[in-house]
Amino acid sequence: MTRELWKGNEAIAESALRAGLEAYFGYPITPQTELLEYLARKMPEMKRVFIQAESEVAAINMVYGAAAGGARVMSSSSSPGVSLMQEGLSYIAASEVPVVLVDIMRGGPGLGNIAPTQADYFQLTKGGGHGDYHPIVLAPATVQEAADLTYEAFDLAEKYRCIVIVAADGNIGQMMEPAELPAPRQIDKRDRGWELTGAVGRERRIITSLYMQPEDLEQVNVRLQGKQKQIEQNEVRYQEYLLDDAEYAVIAFGTAARVALTAVKWARAKGIRVGLFRPISLFPFPYARVAELSKKVRALLVVEMNAGQMLEDVRLAARDALPISFFGKMGGTVPFPDDVLPEIEKMVG
Amino acid sequence: MLAKNMQVVYKMPDALTDVVTHYCPGCTHGVIHRLIGEVIDELGIREKTIGVAPVGCSVFAYNYFDTDFAEAAHGRAPAMATGLKRVHPDRVVFTYHGDGDLAAIGTAEIIHAAARGENITVFFVNNAVYGMTGGQMAPTTLPGMTTTSSPRGRDVELQGFPLHMAEMLAQMPGASYIVRRSVHDPGHINQTRKAIKAALKVQLNQAGFSLVEILSNCPTNWGMSAMESMNFLKEQMVPFYPLGDYRIADAVKSLIVK
Repeated sequence: MTRELWKGNEAIAESALRAGLEAYFGYPITPQTELLEYLARKMPEMKRVFIQAESEVAAINMVYGAAAGGARVMSSSSSPGVSLMQEGLSYIAASEVPVVLVDIMRGGPGLGNIAPTQADYFQLTKGGGHGDYHPIVLAPATVQEAADLTYEAFDLAEKYRCIVIVAADGNIGQMMEPAELPAPRQIDKRDRGWELTGAVGRERRIITSLYMQPEDLEQVNVRLQGKQKQIEQNEVRYQEYLLDDAEYAVIAFGTAARVALTAVKWARAKGIRVGLFRPISLFPFPYARVAELSKKVRALLVVEMNAGQMLEDVRLAARDALPISFFGKMGGTVPFPDDVLPEIEKMVG
Repeated sequence: MLAKNMQVVYKMPDALTDVVTHYCPGCTHGVIHRLIGEVIDELGIREKTIGVAPVGCSVFAYNYFDTDFAEAAHGRAPAMATGLKRVHPDRVVFTYHGDGDLAAIGTAEIIHAAARGENITVFFVNNAVYGMTGGQMAPTTLPGMTTTSSPRGRDVELQGFPLHMAEMLAQMPGASYIVRRSVHDPGHINQTRKAIKAALKVQLNQAGFSLVEILSNCPTNWGMSAMESMNFLKEQMVPFYPLGDYRIADAVKSLIVK
């Protein structure tokens, strides 16, 4: 494999194709559109299914149908579009069909703007649609990681028959970086016992999220929660930088983590023993590791491109047992290391 | 075992499950299910058929068809069917939905499925009312018709005009077969059966989007006896929603048996 210069959105699209993406349904929205455009060019010539839907509502329900049919399928969008998809995502979660969704996050609330933010943290990690469920949410900080996580997202979605969301802020989608994309692979097309393919020589199968008896729906929820516990045990991902001897820690994900790392290195140069903790899985959130960290260091600084959404999970993990400060940029403004360094210095006091 | 000189002339279609349905007494959903089941048997496609039904009285349809089946979100069956059909182009995918679903919340999905010429078959049951939620005004409720959300009768000045879906969808170049039928008497039931068969044949011939709008009754929510509702269907619904063939593309004309 070779290292090439890739735009984030296109790297994600190509990586999905190499992971064996069979069908894509989407709707144009900035700053995600190159992803859709890339697949519009590539998929027809590969004899794979590409449809530009009439809305995100239709797109996610086409995804639901193709996933119910057992295909490896995805959609992509950006924040307001993902809001529209929440109905379908709730049905998909309940029906336990594997789906990958990419959210290239932009400014909100409302129409907001097309600049990068991380303000979808709540809507992605806390369920989003109605009912009790959490998708797996993976947050890349580089184009390379966006490609790698997208590739792996399909395996996770199929392993747990769940939704996996690759949550990248608009920076990751729009910027170009060198990346080495994963190798193309063949997908295993064995019948898995649940997909709708026509009842040829077998009992019919039903994909539904409707259970009229409360006791039945309770059992479905118990099963979904059990699966979620497994995911919480097996799929926590994070990366640590300069934390071995740290007295202070910064916690940030995605682009905010890259910016924070520069500030952490500057602080180190000034003699401050600070490190960076970067959650990669936003759900499942690395609660246990943050709890350990909070016992080890004197204070935490959370940096996000929102008003403090992951902050709530950090506080939950640390149980407010130590000082936790927050620095956030909103509306599509991006923090600079020069903004973060003084916040680290304030934390140290 | 049948006696020697006896033969089966009428039985439960293989494509239907032998269960009691949730439909109200006097409702024609049962008739329409049976017609679809008979035609699926006749065409020998039960094993390759996948049904999709969304929210409304159709919501439990998966219990009644002995085929693979998906239960869709309200209004989204055409989108879900699109996903299924595109990944299984050699399967027969049909949707089954009511007027509240198809002509209100799912208007965008049905129009664009038709516009794309999606190779699916839609059975659209129009009884002019939201049945499952207890008789509210539907987009197809007749002017002046009383429902729980138009208690003084549908006032078109306030509540707008009914939608004629077959006529609208017939404007789509992607649509190959768009007809309206009714099930208010045996003759019309037979006509409906023929249309169901034609629509599925259109799909089997990869000929594009097909839709049969079927005028139906709702004795419970119309507040009528079964017979009264059949008369209402014949005397009020059919004149307002004229029966007929609204679009039969040249390519599918040979598939239609009159």
